[in-house]
Parts: sequence; C-alpha cells; structure tokens
Amino acid sequence: MLIAVLSGFIVACIVPLIFKLNRKVAGALLSILPLSLFIFYLQFLPNVLAGEKILTTFYWIPSLKINLNFMIDGLNLLFALIISGIGFVVYLYASAYLAKSEKIVPFYIYISIFMASMLGVVTCNNTLALFVFWELTSISSFLLIGFNHEQERSRYAALQSLLVTAGGGLALLASVIIIGQIAGTYEISQMSAFHSNLINNALYPSILILFLIGTFTKSAQFPFHFWLPNAMEAPTPVSAYLHSATMVKAGVFLMIKFLPILGGTELWMWLLGGFGGWTMLMASTMALKQTDLKRLLAYSTVSVLGTLTMLIGLGGEKAISAMIIYLFAHSLYKGALFLTAGIIDHETGTRDIRNISGLRKYLPITALIGVLAALSGMGIIPFIGFIGKEMLYETALLSGQYSTLFITISVISAVNIFAVMAYSGILPFFGEYKSPSEHVHEAPFQMTSGPVAFALLGLVSGLFAGSTVDGLTNKALQSIFPSASHHLALFHGFNLPLLLSALTIVVGLIFVLNRKSLVEFIEKIRIPEYFFPSKWYDYIFNGTLSFAEIQTKFLQNGHLRYYIFTILALFILLVGGSFFGFNTSGSILNAFAISIERSIAGIDIYDISMLITVLIASVFALLSQGRLSAIASMGIVGALISLIYIIYGAPDLAMTQLSIETLSVILFVLVLYKLPRFFTYSKLKTRIRDLVIALAFGSIFTMIIIFVSAYGKFDTGLSEYFAQTSYLIGHGKNIVNVILVDFRGFDTMGEITVLSIAAVGVYSLLRLRKQGGEQ
Amino acid sequence: MEFVLAIIVGILATSAFYLMLRRSLVKVILGMVFLGNAVNLTIFSVARVTKGLAAFIPENASTLEGTYADPLPQALILTAIVIGFGTQAFAIALFRKAFQKVGDDDLDKMNSTDIMCNEDIPGDK
Repeated sequence: MLIAVLSGFIVACIVPLIFKLNRKVAGALLSILPLSLFIFYLQFLPNVLAGEKILTTFYWIPSLKINLNFMIDGLNLLFALIISGIGFVVYLYASAYLAKSEKIVPFYIYISIFMASMLGVVTCNNTLALFVFWELTSISSFLLIGFNHEQERSRYAALQSLLVTAGGGLALLASVIIIGQIAGTYEISQMSAFHSNLINNALYPSILILFLIGTFTKSAQFPFHFWLPNAMEAPTPVSAYLHSATMVKAGVFLMIKFLPILGGTELWMWLLGGFGGWTMLMASTMALKQTDLKRLLAYSTVSVLGTLTMLIGLGGEKAISAMIIYLFAHSLYKGALFLTAGIIDHETGTRDIRNISGLRKYLPITALIGVLAALSGMGIIPFIGFIGKEMLYETALLSGQYSTLFITISVISAVNIFAVMAYSGILPFFGEYKSPSEHVHEAPFQMTSGPVAFALLGLVSGLFAGSTVDGLTNKALQSIFPSASHHLALFHGFNLPLLLSALTIVVGLIFVLNRKSLVEFIEKIRIPEYFFPSKWYDYIFNGTLSFAEIQTKFLQNGHLRYYIFTILALFILLVGGSFFGFNTSGSILNAFAISIERSIAGIDIYDISMLITVLIASVFALLSQGRLSAIASMGIVGALISLIYIIYGAPDLAMTQLSIETLSVILFVLVLYKLPRFFTYSKLKTRIRDLVIALAFGSIFTMIIIFVSAYGKFDTGLSEYFAQTSYLIGHGKNIVNVILVDFRGFDTMGEITVLSIAAVGVYSLLRLRKQGGEQ
Repeated sequence: MEFVLAIIVGILATSAFYLMLRRSLVKVILGMVFLGNAVNLTIFSVARVTKGLAAFIPENASTLEGTYADPLPQALILTAIVIGFGTQAFAIALFRKAFQKVGDDDLDKMNSTDIMCNEDIPGDK
C-alpha cells in the first residue's frame, strides 16, 4: 500500500522522460497509473464488504511516532476509489485538453504528485504523516492553480490558496500534536478510545478550533471560502479534480474521520452546523449571480461543502449516511459538469453563459453529459443526487429543536443549487444557437468518455441504489458508526421530504426562467466591502507586507554604522543588564575590590607605562586627522600588545603579534599613503553619542574580565594534560607550539586554509583592478 | 595584573567601536584591527595570567610542573591573530578596490549597488 501511494511521486519523476519518448501517447500512457491504482484499491472491496479493515505498517521515524501506516476501511476505500477513478478520467481528459500546450509535462508532474498526496491523506492512519500529505496537496494545488503563471491573476490566486490552506494546515498540525499528547497515540484508528478524555480535557475548545481551522480552510468553509472561486484560474481538469471532487473534500473527510474522536459535543455541533449551514446558504446565493461557467460551479461546490460540513455537525447516523451519499453524488455530477465546462471553453473560447446557447447542435454528446449531470445535481428523480437530497431533508427535519432553521436553509440552498445547475449544465445547450467561435465541433473521445461515464453512473447508481452503492457506502458509514446501517432506495413513499423536493423543483424552475430579474435582485443587495473575508485576506496580506517594509527600512537601512550601533546597543542592554542582576555571588564593586587587591602587588612600572601608552596611542588614533598618523598609532598599540605578551609569558604570541603588526602597517601604508586626510563627516553630537556607546561597550569588556578574575573558577585540566604530555607524546618542549602543530593540528590546517582563501581573495581583487585600468 | 589588562582591554574595545561607528571606511578597518586585539587580550586575561613564566619544558625535564603561563589560550590566540591578519588584508584590498570605484571612503556613498558605478553605465551621467 505504501508503494501504491508513493507510485505517484515516482511517476512524477519520469514524466519528462515519457514525453520525450513519445509525446502523442504519453498522456494515455500516464493514465494507466490512476487506472491501475483504481484496480489496486478495488481488489480490497470484497474484504471491506466482508467487514474487514486492512492495516499496513511502515516505520518511518518511530522515535517521533511518525509512521507511514495505511489503513483501508469503508470510508477510506470510498475516497481512494473516488480519487483514483476521477484521476483516471482527468488524466485521459487532459491528454487531449492540453495536447497543444507546452506545459503539459509540468501538468502531469504536478497532478501525479497531487494524486499521490491525496491518496496518502485518505488512507494514512498516522496523523503526523497525514499532515505531510495534507500539506503536499496544498503545495501541488498551488502549483496547479498558478499553472498559467504569466497571468497575474493566476499568481495571486495560487498564492492566496497556498497561504490559506497551508496556513490552515499548520493549525491542523498543532491540533493533531495536542491530540497525540493527550491520547498518547498518533494512530487515528486508536484514537476513538480516548474520546471522553479528549472532549473533557480543558484544551478541548482549542483543539477543536485549531482542527477546524485546518479543515475549514481546506474545504473552503466561511470565512475561508474565498480562495476556491479564485482557484478557478487553474486549467479545467484541475478544477474538476482538485477543486471539486477531491482536495476540497479532504477537510470534510478529516471531519468525518474525527467525528468519533472529537465530535458529539455541543461545540462541535454548533461550529460545524453553524459555519456549514451559513456557507451553504451564502455560497449558493452568491453562485446565482455568476456568469462564468467555472465560477458558477465553484460557488456551488462551496455550497455543497457547506452542506456536508453541516451534516457532519448534526452528527448522528442518519446525517452521516446522508452526507456520504451526498458527497458521492456530488463528486460524480460536479466532476462531469466541470469537464463539460472545459469542453465548452475549449470549443467556443468562452465560459461566459451570456454568450453561449443552443450548443447541442454541435456538441450533442457534451449536451447529453451536461443535462444528465445537471439533473443529478438538481436532485431530480431517479438520479443519485435525488437520494442525497431526500436524505439531507430527512436529516434536517430530524435535527431536534432547530430543525425549522436547518430545513429552511437546506431548502433555500437546494433551490439555488437547482437554478445554478440549470444555468451551467442545461441552458448553454438549449435555445437559439449562439457562440463567439465559428468552429465549434465535438470534443475528442478522450475528453467525452470520462464525463459520459460519470453522468451515466449518476443515473445508474440512482436507479439501482440498493444494489450498487449501498454496500460500500454502508461500510463507509460503519467505519464511523460500527453498528449503523442504511438501506438506500429511490422511493421512500409520500412524505414531507418528497413534498419539499417538489417545492424545490417548482421554485427552482421559477428561478431558472427568470434569471435576469433574479440576478438584478441579488445585485441590489449591497454589502460593504469590509464584510468580505476576501478583503480581510487582502488587508492582512498587505498589512504584513507594509510591516515588513517598515521593519526592513528601520533595521536594514543600508548604513553599516547603524547596524553596528544596533548590535552594540543590544549587547550593552543584555550583557550589561545581566551584571546588575548579578547578586547571587557578589556585586560589581565587590568584584572590583577583589580584583584590585589581587593585582596590586604584581603591578609594576611596566604595567603603568604600558597602560598610559596604550591610552595615548588609542586617543591619538581616534582623533587623528591624518591617515598615516592613525595607522602609526595602530602600529604602536599592536607593538605594545606584543610587549604585554612578552611580559606575561607568551613569547610565541609576542613574535607573531609583532610580525603581523608590522605587515599590517606596511600593507595599510602601501594602500593608503596617497589618500587625502580624513574628512570629518559627522557632527559633534553624533560623535559624542558614539563615544558614549563605545565607552559603555569597553566598560562591559573590562567588567567581564574583572568578574572572571574575581569569581571565575578556572579549569586547568586540559592545560595540565598538555604540560604533562607535550614532550612525552608530542616530542616538543615549547608547549604552545606542540598544541598548534600536533595536538590541534587540524585547527592549524583550517587556519592555513582560511589564510590561503584570503590570499586568493586579495590577489583577485588586485588583478581586478589591473583589468579595470586597462578598460 | 588582571586589573591592568582589564583596563587596557576596555580602552581598546572603546576605541574599536568608536572607530567602527565612523563613516570613513579606513577608520572602520582600523576599528576591526583594534577589536581583534581587544578580543585576543580578553581571552588572554581570563585565563591564568602569570608574569615571565612561559610554557616551556625545562632543558632536562620531560614534563612541566609548578606555575606556568596557560598554553591553551595562547595557542587559540595565535590562530586568531593570524586569521585576523588574513581578514584585515582582505579588507584592505577590498577597500582599495572600492575607493577606486567610488573615489571616496565614505560608507554612505557605498550603500547602493549602482550609484557608485555611474561612469560604467553609458548614457547615465
């Protein structure tokens, strides 16, 4: 099963190769991948129908409990079949749809990565590994939305979807980690045992909200819904696959999966029921006024996702069984409608429903698909969509004290969806022929066969619901409620849901026939811009950018001295501040006293004269106007330091220091002797400020040494080891030398390397000058 | 003894950062040299400091006993001095190059990638 999931990633790597070999059949060849995956998952069907759960284990990072464990139960299998099945159709469809596009290779790479990740999401049993797949779907979705990256709108939509969904993914990660901490396991199949621990935990509200941020962003629930209509910038096969049938359902999938783990509380019901219901109502209303085929479908997808979320919120066996059927029906008819929209776009060059009508004359097969799919979406008997809608009504009617509210919004949304389905699947094909393009002809076999299958499947599964989808959907239901079962039937007798269905159709027909006045009516509803979550996104996005800009201007101002200034100020604040908090073993004054007392006996005339000379030379270096005199002062300071090394028993250091200092002075003089005197750039006030800062820094250095010498405990172990062994092991009597060339010989080698690099750098800089001179 | 060293380090560090806060690039490089010396001396003085007792093993002995200057920080400082020189030499060469391009050692004229190269761009004054 691991290989099945990973196969998409592997195929993604060899896509360019396949296209190099034979461009014509490459697309068809690649469609074998989803087809074989479909067959692979299908072979689990008998076991699953027998009530088995198949679990495979692969230890990835066991110490962190991150394992690639996969599980197949009814629900997972249903999703895996939807993903690989629709995947097959989309692969085939795209081979014709993008046949002339130069970007067909990246398309297949991205979509293979997506399919693999999506299969990972729906079969993975480990929440941490699931998170990895989850974010991979966001990334591949980002790549696919930004497919036409020359267009700014595509880039904007791609970035928006990535920020929203991947950001939500991080919230999800936080929540699965907390769940893992409480339950002690990251395996989904073991978590439901900890249901009561989780919902009674004080952290429960934050777990749930983080979890829902993750799933709501992915499944485009209010207030995160806005990215989905914008994602329609992607090529149509992508919209059909990712943004209606699979990826956006990942959030819904996870919510059903976690219903036995986090659900069953008031908070769960209100958050999911409330946001889901509102999303359903709002999106279906907004869909009515769209004129772009794909945006029509996108808003109706958001609305359906809202319905699914609401049903999960209502919980209960009936609600989940309704939800599964509704989801299955939607994947079929929405996939088909998107692919039809793609054909219309491909053949007529437009997706604006005001510019097309009567297309059935030239696109008979497409028209058939559109009509069949739309009828299923409208919930007309005998399509599977009808059963889904009946079950939705039934659940809403049974939802307790607020059933009036839920049934009202369900019916209104269903009416809206009814109209939207007609606008997108039926109206373009009827009436007087109208098309902006003159060469409209039926799409090739690769593009029509898949949607035809979807449309017919919607009809067949509706007509023979009891004998076709009943089995697997029952098992899917049972993976949430082990003892539940449902019996699908097309006709439930004359009851309230049937009456409501009739009402839906009647009002829906009125909407369809009066599209113009309806749109005018909706357009009249004016809502201030700042109420739209998409505007909030823009505000936050632009706000972050401006904040970054201000902060960058402040910190990265391009003036070296301000950088140094910032570093110094921070150092003084932190290190200097810690001295004043140093009360445990002694105060600053105490340290001074100890240090002076210890040192006073050893101080002689050399020390005093050195101190005074260093002071004079440094002050001279600071104030000098001439470059040469400043360099000379620097040389004096260097020479004095080598004197210090001599006095304090470090002859090697003294030698090195003296020769290096001499070399430095020579180098400086060689480069600088021609230059004019220093020019005073800064004002007196600035110089005083700098002096104060520098003095504070210097004092901190002094204080550090005094503190260390007063209180520090010196570990001489290593030095003693060197003193003992330098002759016996290293065969040298000068211990410092032996350390350098023997004990720490590798350090010295590193040092030599640094010097060589510096030498190369200096040499090339000087060469560069010569060439510059020649020009 | 440490006290005197501490004061000297303080003077050097103060000069180093005062110089590094200047606008003249030459002064900044001078500041780096000062800072290098200050840091080396700091390492030197936080170890065991003795006067006149170098870490040499006597002629007729095979190990060093008693009081002696700590050899370990000395070895580290020796490396630091040499590397410091490498950096310094590179900085000076870089300065020379920059001065030729900009014609000035004012850092404020070097904080853009193109104004300094005006003469290189045809049609740009």
